[in-house]
Amino acid sequence: MKVVWPLLVAVFLLVMWQVWVTVAQVPAFLVPSPWLIAQTLVKDWSLLMGALGVTLRITLLAFVLSAVLGTLIAFLFVQSRWIETAFFPYAVLLQVTPIVAIAPLIIIWVKDTAISLVICATIVALFPVISNTTLGLRSVNPGLSSFFKLHHASRWATLWRLRIPSALPYFFAGLRISAGLALIGAVVAEFVAGTGGTGTGLAYQILQSGYQLNIPRMFAALVLISVTGVTLFLLLAALNKWALAGWHDSEVNQV
Amino acid sequence: MSATSLPHAAVDTAIDRSMPAVEVLSAEQTYPNGTRALLPVDLKVGEGEFVTLLGPSGCGKSTLLKMVAGMLAPTEGRILLWRKPVPELEASGRRLSFVFQDATLMPWADVQTNVSLPLNLAHQSKAESEPRVAASLAMVGLSRFATHRPRELSGGMQMRVSIARGLVTQPHLLLMDEPFGALDEITRNRLDDDLLKLWQQQSLTVVFVTHSIAEAVYLSQRVVVMAARPGRVVEQLVVDEPHPRGPDFRVSQRFAEYARHLQDSLLKASDETHMH
Repeated sequence: MKVVWPLLVAVFLLVMWQVWVTVAQVPAFLVPSPWLIAQTLVKDWSLLMGALGVTLRITLLAFVLSAVLGTLIAFLFVQSRWIETAFFPYAVLLQVTPIVAIAPLIIIWVKDTAISLVICATIVALFPVISNTTLGLRSVNPGLSSFFKLHHASRWATLWRLRIPSALPYFFAGLRISAGLALIGAVVAEFVAGTGGTGTGLAYQILQSGYQLNIPRMFAALVLISVTGVTLFLLLAALNKWALAGWHDSEVNQV
Repeated sequence: MSATSLPHAAVDTAIDRSMPAVEVLSAEQTYPNGTRALLPVDLKVGEGEFVTLLGPSGCGKSTLLKMVAGMLAPTEGRILLWRKPVPELEASGRRLSFVFQDATLMPWADVQTNVSLPLNLAHQSKAESEPRVAASLAMVGLSRFATHRPRELSGGMQMRVSIARGLVTQPHLLLMDEPFGALDEITRNRLDDDLLKLWQQQSLTVVFVTHSIAEAVYLSQRVVVMAARPGRVVEQLVVDEPHPRGPDFRVSQRFAEYARHLQDSLLKASDETHMH
């Protein structure tokens, strides 16, 4: 049912769209029909797949980087309140500054475009991992915490046996947000770089199609970006389920 | 509950009733904001004794227990365990265990991993800890559930796991902070009986915190009555009834008399508080 209903809605909307475009004779350079978009996807398959590959590589690199860096920073933050107080505002600063505003700078500073795009996307994706993992590492059952203290558990044992497992649900929630953000960051950064004529990713294809009024291809690229985002989300949801199955409230009592 | 018992630790197997296991010497607790959580308390618990701290919320019974466990240092006064300061207990080869109000199990780990936690934290090898975990689970009757996750168990069973975890180190002193407070009455009564059996088998010294008069009378050899605002000890009552005690004791005239006495004592102390 969870799959059937959304699919029914999708089919209904697509049919309505197709009918509207056909009946009202909307020109394809304004709104292409779903059927035309599908045809374009097939026709430009190799071009679009190449672009998707580029965007996907940047997204995944940025995602992995933000997961690793974010976790390391979170570990630093929970070592002492002092470190967290001193550095947390800068994590926020990084988060609230629009990436479009800093992307041109980074692209100028970093010679290799691919690397600069990865940096931009990482900046966007980093914050949810930091804040969620920090919260998770702090969200330890106070009773268990006293129990560990009572048994003279070392800092390491407490981290490994208590804090990390307690943080996992929060960590995964952070990852899910950050995966989507990594894709958004990658696309936005490509847009900024693309105007300089250096990109070859999906965002570049969208820009180019715009200039050439090739609206069906623009939609086709858009569809690929959405599908990528949804796929990433589903993959992480599956990972989350696998890791937390059987013990965390969020993953129990769900069939 | 099966009659399995652990191989006893090297240190003293025989109970020396004249040896004070716990000595609270004018220990008191004042919070940094000046609130007097507990007025000076003097209390002695003999080796092998079962003592209950009974009182309403805010009477400092948990605070007192935490001070005995060494989780909280008294602001004034001293606490000795087997005539040594609390931190030196382990150096003398004796151990204490603390059972919390909630089961406080690790939800991500199965029952046997939870029970073996104190041994793991003490860096015992798997070969050493496995038989002790198995014996401990057998004692609380949960051998069949070794590989279950805590959330698959009922509240009473989770509490048993917590007790098994407390017993796995073969402690000499067992401190229990309202361990059965969240359970239904039938489960609670059954666990009370199980606890008494374990106490006798394992020659434990037990300090048990509760706010239930019936539980205090049923379990203990001596009840320490406490009152709130400020937290203090108002009376000690010896429950001079032989163990093992059974369901008949719960409905006996003697039981009712003890309960009545404790209730009067608690009410009187509470009235005094309100007059101030």
